[in-house]
Formats: sequence, C-alpha cells, structure tokens
Amino acid sequence: MLEVCDLNVFYGSIHALQGISFNVNEGEIVTLIGANGAGKSTTLRCISGIVRARSGEITFRGQRINTVAANKIVEMGISHVPEGRQVFPNLTVMENLLMGAYTRKDKNEIKNSLEEVMERFPRLRERSRQMAGTLSGGEQQMLAIGRGLMSKPALIILDEPSMGLSPVLVEEIFNIIKKINQQGTTVLLVEQNAFMALQVASRAYVLETGRIVFSGDAAEVQSDPRVRSAYLGETEECAS
Amino acid sequence: MDHLIVDQIINGLQLGFMYALIALGYTMVYGVVKLINFAHGDVFMVGAFVGYFGFSQWGLPFPVAVLTAMAVCSILGVTIERIAYRPLRYAPKIAALISALGVSLFLEYFGSLKFVFGPNYRVVQRPFEEVQYHLAGITVTNIQIIVFITVLIMLAGLQFLIYRTKIGMAMRTVAVDHNASRLMGVNVDNTISVTFAIGSAFAAAGGVLYAIAYPQIHPFMGIMPGLKAFTAAVLGGIGIIPGAVLGAIIMGQVETLTSAFLSSQARDAIAFGILILVLLIRPTGILGRTEPEKV
Repeated sequence: MLEVCDLNVFYGSIHALQGISFNVNEGEIVTLIGANGAGKSTTLRCISGIVRARSGEITFRGQRINTVAANKIVEMGISHVPEGRQVFPNLTVMENLLMGAYTRKDKNEIKNSLEEVMERFPRLRERSRQMAGTLSGGEQQMLAIGRGLMSKPALIILDEPSMGLSPVLVEEIFNIIKKINQQGTTVLLVEQNAFMALQVASRAYVLETGRIVFSGDAAEVQSDPRVRSAYLGETEECAS
Repeated sequence: MDHLIVDQIINGLQLGFMYALIALGYTMVYGVVKLINFAHGDVFMVGAFVGYFGFSQWGLPFPVAVLTAMAVCSILGVTIERIAYRPLRYAPKIAALISALGVSLFLEYFGSLKFVFGPNYRVVQRPFEEVQYHLAGITVTNIQIIVFITVLIMLAGLQFLIYRTKIGMAMRTVAVDHNASRLMGVNVDNTISVTFAIGSAFAAAGGVLYAIAYPQIHPFMGIMPGLKAFTAAVLGGIGIIPGAVLGAIIMGQVETLTSAFLSSQARDAIAFGILILVLLIRPTGILGRTEPEKV
C-alpha cells in the first residue's frame, strides 16, 4: 500500500534521513521505533508532504506522492495525526472534528463519520462545544485521533499517540488503535513506548540516526537482544 | 454643552468605525502570517481613489463604486502577498517587514506619478448632498448613517464568514498552525490569499467612506489612518478580530474628544502615545492574553 524507497532528507547540512526504505501492506499495523532524533517523525512528515525529501520515492497505492502537496495527500487517503496532538485550541471540539473532514464534500457522510467518532470517543460528544484547548492531554489525544479518522483515511499515521499519558490511558489508546485497524484502516505507528507498540504491531522497523538498522515481525523484533537492550527498558537511556 | 459631547462622540464613532475597517485587515493578516502588513494603509488609499474615480468620473452609482474599489483592492492585496510576502514567508520576520515597507512606499510614490493618481490633493465631490438631521438636539448626518450601516453590515458578514463557513474555519486554523492545517487538507496558500483579499476589500471600503466623510484625497492619505488603525489593532490585541473593532472605537473617541476639548494639535501625539503605552504595559492588548501552553 505504502512504499518508501531510499529516502534522504536534509535539515540544512544535517543528513536526517539516510536512505530509509520500508513498506506498509494493506491491513497491517506497522511500527517505527527508535530513540529521540532517530528520524521517525521526519519520516512521517515526509510521507504526509510537510517535509520534502532531497531524494528517494514514496508511493501510495501505486501513485508517487513525494511531490504532491500535503493537502492533496490527505485527499488521497492518508491521515497524519501529528506528534504533540496539535489540536486547534481556539476551535471547539466539534469544529476540530469538522476540520478533519475538510477535504470531504458530502454533508451526510460527514455526519455519519462524526457519529462514528463520537460513538468511539464518548468524551468528545460530552465536550463537543468546548474549546479544544481546555481538554486534558488524554482527551486531546482522542480528539486528535478522532479528527484524523474524519477524513476516512485508508492509512492513518500516528506519531507518538501515547506521549505524556498515564498508563491507563496508554492502554486505552492502544486498544483504540487495534480497533481502528480491525475495522479496516491500515496503521503506521511511531512510538517511543516500543513495548506497547510491538504488542499491537504486525511488523516493526528500528531506526537509528536516520537509518533502519533492523526490521521484521513484531515478535521477532521484540525478542531480539539488541532491541531489548536498547529499547525495551534494559537501559534507562531512552526512557524519556 | 452636553449636546456637544454627544455630537463629538458620534463623530468619534464615525472615525472609529472607519479605523475598524482598516484595523481588521491588519489583525486578520497578522493572524494568518504573523506579519504587520505596512502597505495596508496604502491599499486603503488606492480604495479611496478607485471609489472616487468610480462615482465622480466613471459615473457609477455610489454602492457600485464601493464594490468596485473593494474588488480592485482585493486583487491588489492578493498580488502584494504573492509578490512581496509569500517568497519570504518562512524567512526571518524582519525580511517580510522590510518588504512591506517597500510595498508601502512603492504604492505611495507610484500613485503620485502623473499618469496614475497624480501628486496633488483632490477635492472629492460627494455623489450626494450632506444632510443633517437634528434629533433631540443631537446632530447626525446622512454620511454618518451610511458609515454606521455599512460598517455594521460588513462586521456581521465577517463574523459569519469566520465562524460559520469552512473557509473561515480554515482561516482560524491557519492562524494557529500552518502545518497542522495542511494535515487537515487545507490549502494554506489559498487561505492566506483569501485573508488578504478580505482584509484589502475592507480597507478599500474604509477608503471610499473616508473620502466621502473627509472629502479630500491624495496618494499619502493612507499613512496616518493606517498607523492609527495599526495602533487600534495593537490596542485591542493584534490577531484578535473583536479586539480590532474595540481598539478602533477607542482610538476614534480619543482622537475626536482630544481635538474637541483639548487641542487638535495634540491629537496625533496622544494617539501614538497610546501605542507606546500599550506596548510597554500590555503588549498583548486589551483582549489579548498569553495562553498557557499545554504539552
């Protein structure tokens, strides 16, 4: 479904992504894990068209998208829920959700999606007239995911959805991710919480300083001693 | 004496409403691109000229002349953004600011050329007579009524656009975060163009009304009202739409009441004294607040 091939990104003179290649198949949950600064978010931002690659190719359902404008990529069926949630604090919860459906035209279908999202996140229904800036961190994350679903994406990209949330909420968010996937949306997930990510993912790629150093089935990655020592809590380094 | 005060308050309201039309453009543009568009006062001037040509030389009915001025200036505003600001959008802010000053001077001196507007003052022949109404000792003119009604309709229209339409919602999200808006599928460039178009159209309407109310126009007429409206926008809280209107009404009152009861020479000094005080004491303006950031 999504093919990323030999992606190179520079920030000024910093070579942030150094020939990243991976793919996501229809129906999968694929996770990118790695420490801070490994290039995970940059990879996602490249896919959604916010950052431009210097070289390499990204194709989505057979179409090259690495030169397509970000707003067109949303229309093609990729929804990116950014790191730090980025809900619009000056808009109501309802307006934030409607922004998620910005590229869609059919009012009835938008209403249906709105109903689905409210069903999935009852808290959002309760707070639909509240300004998004007044929500708690967990609620904002749910709003960000709900908003991401409002474009009816074929592929949803989630960047650090568990960041800053309590363990109970982390559990809840991961259950939601699983459900979204079971209902037919392909998921590309970036996480610092590698343990949780590997629980839900089918496949994983491990990034280190702009390169993929390891990949495989989630179970395989999880049991690899290098991954265990670096990302699964056997050192304190990346616990932040 | 009481009637004099009320008359002056009405005069101040007329001036304030016209400042509001200009201040809205400053504040909306600041909202979406975080740039003080210093050429905005000159767009107001172009609006005044186009309106003047419309009703005095091309024989257009007054409302059509206003609409023509609005249309011409929205195209002008969008063009200015394309040429002078967009290439610098993600450059250091000072670059765009200098570019804005350049555009401002360009419009003033280009407008002064003989084959454009010419360097001289022109007396505006109003398309209709000024009529005074005396109600309970208070004097209101038909021009004031036209200004009040036009501005109120435009404010209501703007309110509707920003809070009830899709493009208005996009303008509000672009004001917060360009990239997050892109991820929603918003075409940020187009949204910014629309913002410039609306802001410039408002300034143009303000320009035509100004030319009717104070019937003299020239290519440098935009400087003072532009700076006063900018002060109004800062006073109310730059980037906040109701703030621009509030700030403009205050500026209009301060200015007329100062001229009427203190000294008309102190008028501008006091107006800009307010700007300095606001920047020193409350840089976020009356309605502005520093929002705590949530991580």
